[in-house]
Amino acid sequence: MVLTLPGKSRSAARTETTLRIIAPIAVGILVLVGWQFLVSVIGVSDYLLPSPAAIVEEFIEFFPSMVSATLITGWNALLGLIIGSILGILLAAIAAGWRPIDHMSAPVVASLAVIPIVALAPVLNSMFGADSQFGRQAIAGLASFVPVFINTLRGFRQTLPVHRDLMKVYAASSAQIVRTVTLPTAVPFVFTGIRIASSLAVISALVAEYFGGPRGGLGGLISTSAASSAYARAWAYVVASIVLGLVFFLATLALERLATRGRRRS
Amino acid sequence: MTQVPEPQPTDSSATPTRSADAVVVRGVDKTFDTRSGQVQALTAIGLTVSAGEFVSLIGPSGCGKSTLMRLIADLDQPTAGSVTVFGKTASRARLDQDYGIAFQQAGLLPWRTVAANVGLPLELHGATSRDRNARIEELLDMVGLSDFADRYPDQLSGGMQQRVAIARSLAEKPDLLLMDEPFGALDEMTRERMQTELLRICAETGAAVVFVTHSIPEAVYLSDRVVVMSPRPGRIQQIVPMALTRDPEHAEALREDRAFFDGVTAVREALHTGSPVPTGARGVENR
Repeated sequence: MVLTLPGKSRSAARTETTLRIIAPIAVGILVLVGWQFLVSVIGVSDYLLPSPAAIVEEFIEFFPSMVSATLITGWNALLGLIIGSILGILLAAIAAGWRPIDHMSAPVVASLAVIPIVALAPVLNSMFGADSQFGRQAIAGLASFVPVFINTLRGFRQTLPVHRDLMKVYAASSAQIVRTVTLPTAVPFVFTGIRIASSLAVISALVAEYFGGPRGGLGGLISTSAASSAYARAWAYVVASIVLGLVFFLATLALERLATRGRRRS
Repeated sequence: MTQVPEPQPTDSSATPTRSADAVVVRGVDKTFDTRSGQVQALTAIGLTVSAGEFVSLIGPSGCGKSTLMRLIADLDQPTAGSVTVFGKTASRARLDQDYGIAFQQAGLLPWRTVAANVGLPLELHGATSRDRNARIEELLDMVGLSDFADRYPDQLSGGMQQRVAIARSLAEKPDLLLMDEPFGALDEMTRERMQTELLRICAETGAAVVFVTHSIPEAVYLSDRVVVMSPRPGRIQQIVPMALTRDPEHAEALREDRAFFDGVTAVREALHTGSPVPTGARGVENR
């Protein structure tokens, strides 16, 4: 399906796209150059702020460890995101269909939403033992559940009165109404929820590693490196976590676009 | 508002012969329960629409014209009185898909293409995809949107979206069309073109139409009879028959015809009964 943008010439659109890609890259390079300048010319000491060159060096030297750490944390986050999203969507569907469930779940969801990861992580880590990743996955799942649930529930309530009237006019069955109107109306909301949850899942999986449990994930290695004064290496792991977060965000954004293609985006 | 349980379709092997009247409304009252007490929306409504007849409901906001249409469509139930559509109860007629409907909002599903929107009622009622595609093509041709079958609603103008909605309302070749201000959100130029197109489509299909509007010229231009309603409580003030000779070749010329202006004056006077008609009536209201 090819969609052409109306009212915009092709070349103008291309220039705009190029600009959109080049502008942030240029800003990024400028910041890096400024940073390097601060460290190597002005002489900010290494433990305060390692130079980009030193961070890149560490990144390359510890590359296999970077990859394995990213995979461990990424897997925890992904598992949490998937399970949290599925639970969120299912519970939202039930809450949308049945008012009492909605009223019962509202305070529970509200309290889940305000649980600080830092509070829960040590508890879960000791609950499931020092060599289990389960605690982190559970925390990522919990963090993902909330935005997915809230957005999905909102999505299920967005059905327009005119669409409801139409379905009644067509004497459509409940299953037909859900399939042709309720679900498609909710889809963009569900995917917005998942996109928000994706960043939260990565952050929670990573932060949960600071509080004990098996090392080897990005969070664990960041704290270990920092504790052993290997600041450049700690920063290199931070770079890896940024990459991981971006991958999650872009993947879910692509999913959202795919699910809402053909509709106007605001 | 009490929800009347929907009667299950009874398999009447003998198809009831179409009664001559598309809609018969008898002694209908409608009250809504609101927070601030009961609101009398309609009182003592009696109206008959013959098969193939074009009837407009006109009146100020709050006169219950949309409510009356919703009662005919079985989207709401009357508090008292009866509504009969082709000799059946309104709910039976709805379950049998005896009417097509178009609202002020086009109400298209934005995730479906134009063709899939037009085919929605056919799809819901289990038409085979071959029959469906043939019918969709026919309908899009009728409303002049054949080239837009694969577009999404958001890519169309308001007028085009409304034409898609009208095509959808005609999908199952209904003998009755219910239209609630379908052109209300359109600009004057588009509106006049759509009115002419609607008359052409009605002539082609022979369907009866109940058309809700608040525009006097629109009602006069389209209708065989104009039902003038007044508010608080909503009731029928007067039914004004139109005496326009319709000639499809010169549909536009009718707008400047003597009979057209006479019709406008008659409806205006009916609307203003009880309150004096402003003199120096330069203005035929445009909308």
